[in-house]
Amino acid sequence: MIWIDTIVQGILLGGLYALFAAGLSLVFGIMRLVNLAHGDLIVLGSYVILFVVSALGINPFLAAALAAPVMFLLGWVLQKLVLNRTLGEDILPPLLVTFGLSIVIQNGLLEGFSADSQRMSLGALETASVSLGPITMGVMPLMTFASAILVIVALNQLFYRTAIGRAFRATSDDATTASLMGIRPDRVFASATAIAMLVVTIAALYLGTRANFDPSIGPARLIYAFEAVIIGGLGSLWGTLIGGIIIGVAQTLGAAINPEWQILAGHVAFLIVLLVRPRGLFPKGA
Amino acid sequence: MSATYSVTTRTKSSSIAVLLAVLSVAVLIAAPGFAARGTIQDLFFILTMLTLAQFWNLLAGYGGLVSVGQQAFVGLGAYALYGAVILGGIDPVMSILVAGVAALLLAVPTGFFAFRLHGAYFAIGTWVIAEVVRLSVAQWRSVGGGTGTSLPREALREMVLVDWIQELFGVRSSAARDILAYWIALALAVGTITGIYWLLRSKRGLALSAVRDNIEAAQSVGVDAGRMRWLVFLTSAFGTGLAGGLIYLQKARISPDAAFSVTDWTAYVIFIVVIGGIGTIEGPILGVLIFFLLQNLLADYGSWYLMILGLIGIGVMLFAPRGLWGLISEKTGLQLFPVRRRLVGGQLTNKEG
Amino acid sequence: MALLETHGLTARYGDFQALFGVDIALEPGETVAIIGANGAGKTTLMRSITGVLNNDAAQIRHRGVEIGHLQADTIMKRGIAMVPEGRRLFPSLTVEENLIIGGQHKGGRDLGDRIDSFLCRLLGGPDPMELAAGHDGSGYWSLDTVYDLFPILKERRHSPGTALSGGQQQMVAIGRALMSNPDILLCDEISLGLAPVVIKDIYQALPRIKENGASLIVVEQDIGQALKIADRVYCLMEGRVTLEGRPSEITRDDIHAAYFGETA
Repeated sequence: MIWIDTIVQGILLGGLYALFAAGLSLVFGIMRLVNLAHGDLIVLGSYVILFVVSALGINPFLAAALAAPVMFLLGWVLQKLVLNRTLGEDILPPLLVTFGLSIVIQNGLLEGFSADSQRMSLGALETASVSLGPITMGVMPLMTFASAILVIVALNQLFYRTAIGRAFRATSDDATTASLMGIRPDRVFASATAIAMLVVTIAALYLGTRANFDPSIGPARLIYAFEAVIIGGLGSLWGTLIGGIIIGVAQTLGAAINPEWQILAGHVAFLIVLLVRPRGLFPKGA
Repeated sequence: MSATYSVTTRTKSSSIAVLLAVLSVAVLIAAPGFAARGTIQDLFFILTMLTLAQFWNLLAGYGGLVSVGQQAFVGLGAYALYGAVILGGIDPVMSILVAGVAALLLAVPTGFFAFRLHGAYFAIGTWVIAEVVRLSVAQWRSVGGGTGTSLPREALREMVLVDWIQELFGVRSSAARDILAYWIALALAVGTITGIYWLLRSKRGLALSAVRDNIEAAQSVGVDAGRMRWLVFLTSAFGTGLAGGLIYLQKARISPDAAFSVTDWTAYVIFIVVIGGIGTIEGPILGVLIFFLLQNLLADYGSWYLMILGLIGIGVMLFAPRGLWGLISEKTGLQLFPVRRRLVGGQLTNKEG
Repeated sequence: MALLETHGLTARYGDFQALFGVDIALEPGETVAIIGANGAGKTTLMRSITGVLNNDAAQIRHRGVEIGHLQADTIMKRGIAMVPEGRRLFPSLTVEENLIIGGQHKGGRDLGDRIDSFLCRLLGGPDPMELAAGHDGSGYWSLDTVYDLFPILKERRHSPGTALSGGQQQMVAIGRALMSNPDILLCDEISLGLAPVVIKDIYQALPRIKENGASLIVVEQDIGQALKIADRVYCLMEGRVTLEGRPSEITRDDIHAAYFGETA
């Protein structure tokens, strides 16, 4: 019975990892850009929410709603002024620039908020749980998982049902021809990163309320996100959710055997999938 | 009309550079005779970082393989050295070779996984493997597990050549060990640079630039891109492992978090190569000097230092992607380690000629 | 005032100069054909006019306004639409989505334009979208009228654009350009690689496009086809205009000389 409980907790944890990964996946899908600062941007988001919480004394959920437009504009400006200049055939500039950005964000946060770990309190919600037969599930992990599903549904709708989604797909196919349709690629890319930052804000809300965080934990979140994307197969958001769940379950199973093996078990699961299915479980296209 | 042509990579400045290089190496060998212990330690740091930078540059700048997981080879090399000394009772200096071989052995499965990923995903894939190695080594109780360990004093005292250096310079054992480590670092750096220079000037070097510039075109003229990537990856891992072993031989204390630090062994190294000029041998040399100066200048500013480093790196990548050496050689045409072949001698002929 | 004119238009790709002072003009209601051998600079001329290549502002005028320096999306929003060489449909979009995207930026500003304009005004710069004003994209062409023009597209409207035959893809590319109701339609090699019967179908659509307010610039390798539909013809050779005239006024020898640079 304990095993079923462990697996359920792992699945719920996978929802958090899918949230970390969704923004990464969106940006990669549209402009083939892998943002090595993605994890640090999530941590930055948590600090922005924390700042609003302590400045206005409001609930973290409300604070996240206020932080979202700030993060949206930040994403826009970041893409427009910095990342757009790195796009092209050569893969080095985007990698090195986002790697530099990662170091800048981490140390900027260290300077601004110190290395102390922080946590946002949700009061009774933190410990609230629902029981389903023998299995007890925390309300927060359930909300995280539901948010992941909502984000994926929303992004899929955006992609396939809206004008901006058409512009995303067209620009990703052929930026020059898209510009002949009145679309300016650099703005499409800026919108994509801005939207990814909205997803980052949601991820940041759960990162900051479910556990302690400090400026240095971004790279580890990037790695989990990346593993979820690769396991799922590039370009498939539902695959990313499955990937997140596999990492989550592997981690909770590993931790159940030996607490020191939690992270290692997640990485090993990733390597095994990579070995068996190099293109991920649900690769798109041929 | 008889014309004699020859293909050469030599330039006038490169001949002067060879002379200068021989001179500076001679001065560096003699340095322990007149330099303070602190200076020797600084030079050791510069030389080992230069070695790491040259190997990362070989990977990323020439091989197109952007790895952010080089700390795996530094860390595993270092731990292999500690294992060989502590568990195997091998002389620490000899154990440096064990460090290199261990990194080489790790590179085989690493490459097997990482080469399934491309571009940026290759980068993060190497990072994951470095994490796996770090977490696994932290489970290795006999070398201290998560908290780490020190090299045993007896092993350090009985290290080869230390007695001889003590007598030669009239210094204490600890200073003699620094001098020994410094000489090894010097040999490693010089060996690395000449080795990479030789590789780039050889037929394989040509193939390598072909693969970096256009993998399909290179394959269509018969270059085996896969084999070139393996060659570069394994060579870099071996050299990085040697450097890692040497660095922790000198530190004499190790812990998994330090030995597998992505900041110390990858971020700094990337910074050195990018600011100096990626894809050149001169770049990392210039880069390591700037890095060392900045580190001393900004040492008191803690995290501001890393922020400034990151910002400079971003700025260079956006506005001068070929780095400082790129700017210099563009302005002056200077090339100290020319790998480009030029046609010299003879005469251009016209249709009637 | 000509609808569109170029003055001493030059264009280069790096060290290679492709156009050397090209002067052409398009009057309202006209069909102009551009002919010339491969590499004469025809596609470069189209790329310059549509803003894919940037030029000096004064080298191209549209309704008297200098547009040479504008980017492709702004020029398109002014009412100059292009059927690109090789059709260039978006493979991720269905036939209908390919059509819709051609008209989705009609007149109004999308979210991206608004955010950009906001940020530019915030920093005290000029509004980058100002020059796109004056053309609201409304007019005869809509999904219904395009489907009426090419009925086969309605049947295939949910297929991926690239699953269609070459001729059908060309119809999508033309329909896509029409969706913004342009006053100038540029057609680059629309008959290339198509069977004669298909070419005939496509050229039969041109009169109806003209009737509904678009003037045409047609780039053609097929001289016979070009002379049949054009009011005026320009011939390009090695980046220069070597011949200009009405089809009725120019002879085969003129064309031969302009095309190959030899006197017959």
